[in-house]
Amino acid sequence: MTNDHPTSGITRVDGRLKVTGAIRYAAEYPFPGLVYGALVSSTIAKGTITGINSKAAENLPGVVAVISHLNAPKVPGYQGKGDEDGPVLKTFNDNKIYFNGQPVVLVIANTFERAKYAASQIKITYQQEKHQTNIEAGLRDTIKPWGDGSDYVRGQANAYQTAPVKIEAEYRTPIHVHNAMEPFAMTALWNGDKVTVYTKSQYIKGMQREIMSMFNLPEENVTVNSKVIGGAFGSGSPLWPYAKAALIGAKMIGKPLKVVIDRGQMFTMVGYRSPAIQKLGMGATADGKLVGITHLATGETATYEQFAEGITSTTNILYDCPNVNTQYRITKLDLSVPTYTRGPGETTGVFALESAMDELAHALNMDPLELRKKNYSERDQEENLPWSSKYLNECYEMGAAHFGWEKRNQKPGSVTKDGWLVGYGVSNGVYGAGRAPCVAKARLSADGILLIQSSTSDMGPGTATVMVKIASGIINIPVENIKFELGNSSLPAAPGEYGSMTTSSVGSAVYDVCTALNEQFNQLDGKSGTAHPDYTRILKEHNLPYVEVTHKSQGSPDAQKFSTHAYCVHFVEVNVHPTLGTVKVTRVVAALDGGKILNPITARSQVIGGAVWGIGMALMEGGVLDHRYGKYVNNSLGDYHVASNADVPQIEVLFVDKADPVTNPMGSKGIGEVTIVGFAAAVANAVFNATGKRVRDLPITPDKLV
Amino acid sequence: MKQFQYQRASTQQGVLEAISKPGTKIIAGGTNLVDHMKHGLIAPDKLVDITHLPLKGITPTKTGLHLGTLALNSVVSEDALVLQKQPLLSMALKAGASPQLRNMATVGGNMMQRTRCTYFYDTTMPCNKREPGTGCGAMEGYNRMHAIFGASAQCIAVHPSDMCVALAALDATVIVVGKKGQRHIPFTEFHRLPDDHPELDNHLAKDEMIIGVDIPDNNFAKNSYYLKVRDRQSYAFALVSVAAALDLSGGTIKKARLAMGGVAHKPWRLFEAEKFMEGKSVTEETFKQAAQIALQGAKAYEYNAFKLKLAPASIVEALKQASGLA
Ligand SMILES: Cc1cc2nc3c(=O)[nH]c(=O)nc-3n(C[C@H](O)[C@H](O)[C@H](O)COP(=O)(O)OP(=O)(O)OC[C@H]3O[C@@H](n4cnc5c(N)ncnc54)[C@H](O)[C@@H]3O)c2cc1C
Ligand code: SF4
Repeated sequence: MTNDHPTSGITRVDGRLKVTGAIRYAAEYPFPGLVYGALVSSTIAKGTITGINSKAAENLPGVVAVISHLNAPKVPGYQGKGDEDGPVLKTFNDNKIYFNGQPVVLVIANTFERAKYAASQIKITYQQEKHQTNIEAGLRDTIKPWGDGSDYVRGQANAYQTAPVKIEAEYRTPIHVHNAMEPFAMTALWNGDKVTVYTKSQYIKGMQREIMSMFNLPEENVTVNSKVIGGAFGSGSPLWPYAKAALIGAKMIGKPLKVVIDRGQMFTMVGYRSPAIQKLGMGATADGKLVGITHLATGETATYEQFAEGITSTTNILYDCPNVNTQYRITKLDLSVPTYTRGPGETTGVFALESAMDELAHALNMDPLELRKKNYSERDQEENLPWSSKYLNECYEMGAAHFGWEKRNQKPGSVTKDGWLVGYGVSNGVYGAGRAPCVAKARLSADGILLIQSSTSDMGPGTATVMVKIASGIINIPVENIKFELGNSSLPAAPGEYGSMTTSSVGSAVYDVCTALNEQFNQLDGKSGTAHPDYTRILKEHNLPYVEVTHKSQGSPDAQKFSTHAYCVHFVEVNVHPTLGTVKVTRVVAALDGGKILNPITARSQVIGGAVWGIGMALMEGGVLDHRYGKYVNNSLGDYHVASNADVPQIEVLFVDKADPVTNPMGSKGIGEVTIVGFAAAVANAVFNATGKRVRDLPITPDKLV
Repeated sequence: MKQFQYQRASTQQGVLEAISKPGTKIIAGGTNLVDHMKHGLIAPDKLVDITHLPLKGITPTKTGLHLGTLALNSVVSEDALVLQKQPLLSMALKAGASPQLRNMATVGGNMMQRTRCTYFYDTTMPCNKREPGTGCGAMEGYNRMHAIFGASAQCIAVHPSDMCVALAALDATVIVVGKKGQRHIPFTEFHRLPDDHPELDNHLAKDEMIIGVDIPDNNFAKNSYYLKVRDRQSYAFALVSVAAALDLSGGTIKKARLAMGGVAHKPWRLFEAEKFMEGKSVTEETFKQAAQIALQGAKAYEYNAFKLKLAPASIVEALKQASGLA
């Protein structure tokens, strides 16, 4: 099935609450006696704090407390923790500064404004040390993040050099800051040694565990609420320093405390996408059969914690190629630690890989889509496994036909329209379609309401909506009678909402628990296998208020015998001004193999979101540091540009919509991340087709083309 | 931010009295001022709100058009008289900020908005404009958005306004009032270059306020164009912008007006290039030569060297659009 305007399916179950403002975001929970915290950030990139003068701040009206390493209580969980325990920035533990913008003091007052102003009056003195924040300088001093796993060789290393046609190129991608609309916030309430928090979290059970270990508490003493999230894109998983500050502060003063970070602090306190420098070598026979690919990548991490991501992993599997060698290194810089950012690793790596494919196609004088088809991989050559399903060829066909790819002119710079140069570009996106164990509970009551619960979160894709949709396919009651509750750590355990696996993991649990619920009803009714038991009659006959089932789901061991990925092919048209260098993306067609599409209307939104961020990545996004200070010089939404409405054309979305037989009972493959992977390359390739200029360092701003 | 007093003025006299005391600032739309307060760049004791004064009008005069200082950027850009007489101004306004901001921003506030230099905004960085004597963070720093004309050793910032570029090209006059009465300042002399006093953006005295702008009638309406080159298609400040206005007779340029934004501490009027074009025929060659003249004396820094190419290309493109050559 193909549908360019796939608007079928159910609309968001929480849509009305969101657009009417009725839903409560993390910072919007009122409590009697609530006080407000503002964080003071370090203004040097490396060194130690030698003094904190907080007298003036403490004397201001409404100020409740000033907390820093000087007076914070010892946190049990800070003792003896190393890298392997996750984020190890021990907020308020000592006087060490690891990066510019590190939270070092928390000022608490009876209003937010007073806390902010008092925070501005704190004077800190430092002993400064020489810092390094430039990845270019860090290239000389790198580490293997995964030991020997950081290198991969198949066949002969550097075999591309022996090929009749070859290219070599170096690509650069900058820091990307998630910049979710909703700033991070936590309200913490202690009651003796029990704590409840309201925050935004992509991984509710994970955050609960981190708080448990921070304060040495049993599970029942920690409750994490995250009912709704105004965007996270990977930034919402760890227990970040601001949250640690809120927990420590609230415990110290014995009052409910809310800490909200501001836009500038979103640049240094909640992770970002690591910049990368990548070298690609690619060679082929004269008729376009790949001989070898070499992909060497360097990213960055913090000095106090290690972060690594699979930048080169797609290169190992995307194309049929006998000789592939990849290498991934990171360099430690005096910056805050990077974290997962939509399509982590792949988004960075595939920009280079898919740009290089385009460069090779040009060198071969071959249509870049033909080159990709010619090197179609029929199995996972890295794992030596068959694909569980792969409809990438279908994506190529469908997308090319819809886009009108055959009209592309192979010669760069040869098409103009209304004084603008016109170019077409294509790129692949690939992302692993994983699944994790998940528990769900379902209760069908005499009033005909089905309530399903699981402790997952919804950072925006419409998790509850698709769960209701899945349940409605099994439990035969009106959709509006199906409720899905998420966002609380006391609900049945769900994995984190990341890695494009929520629909697969939680959805499977919902599928299974609903199936089990049907069985229960059938058993009660003395039947077996009836698809649509008469629920309310059965409850009434047995005089039961409800029937409830809890079920844990996990993938079958058979899944190990296959390699599973989602695919997205982006076709992009750009207009480039010949003398001003401005680029407009004028058309986008995205063709997707995401297995069975469970709810087209929200699936389509995922693809649009990926394309919009992809436009941003290609044309405008990038965190800029002044390395003299190790500090961002564009840490606001005025200076850090994301795509505006005017930058986004009509985005047409096509789904292959064929079930994957292995991953999960619904046949779906996760599509959250794959939609951004490769998008920037499609734009860069289109710009090359329009102008003959190859931009290898993102973003493609006018100064690079003028 | 620091606590402050708020006073709503009902007369011009009231405003003048209020601003004669140190620590008092005028607030109009507040879209720039409040940002400055939030970032800790200024901490006024008192704000005097002028938005209730009767200075919103857009009125025809004997010789042109008068804009009251409180006319909103959005209203001016859609005004029938403005569209008919000075379409260049409308184009420039619509190229600025976002609809939400233009609905708040006023003529006077737009003129008085301060540079977007990132070092100016960050109180932990050196900046001679914010704190004279601390040095210029941008000089050896990230100066991609900075000046190529008229900068000094003290400051290389640019004035960020689009509207002002059009008003400079259109020979507007600023009307200000102080204790001693009214003054008329040619628009091109309202803003100043940084020289040794980058802390001063313009020639308005501390105890004066803007009450409006006069734009003389002209014959540019048919052949004017505002070109803004930016990093995204909306809601970004200009890398460079060009206001081009031509009075054509057949294929000959009778009069030309040319000003640039994003290149200097003030809207940068290109008098020499204008003079060169007058009497010449409308050809791409004429425009290219004018652009070359315009760029004389331009000087770039580490990250803004591209402006030396982008500026002349933009001048040519704007003139082509204005003249109908494009
Ligand atoms: C995110 C963002 C993007 C923007 N993008 C653009 C852009 O692309 N192009 C552009 O041109 N502008 C842009 N702007 C700036 C915008 O145009 C200005 O903020 C606005 O014009 C200021 O007008 P205001 O009435 O709100 O001024 P206010 O903020 O009220 O005042 C600004 C200054 O003017 C003074 N003032 C106001 N009225 C008078 C008066 N009558 N006499 C004396 N002094 C006075 C105030 O004291 C204050 O110092 C942007 C702003 C933002 C926040
Ligand atoms: S350019 Fe001007 S505003 Fe910017 S840092 Fe230098 S002195 Fe300050």
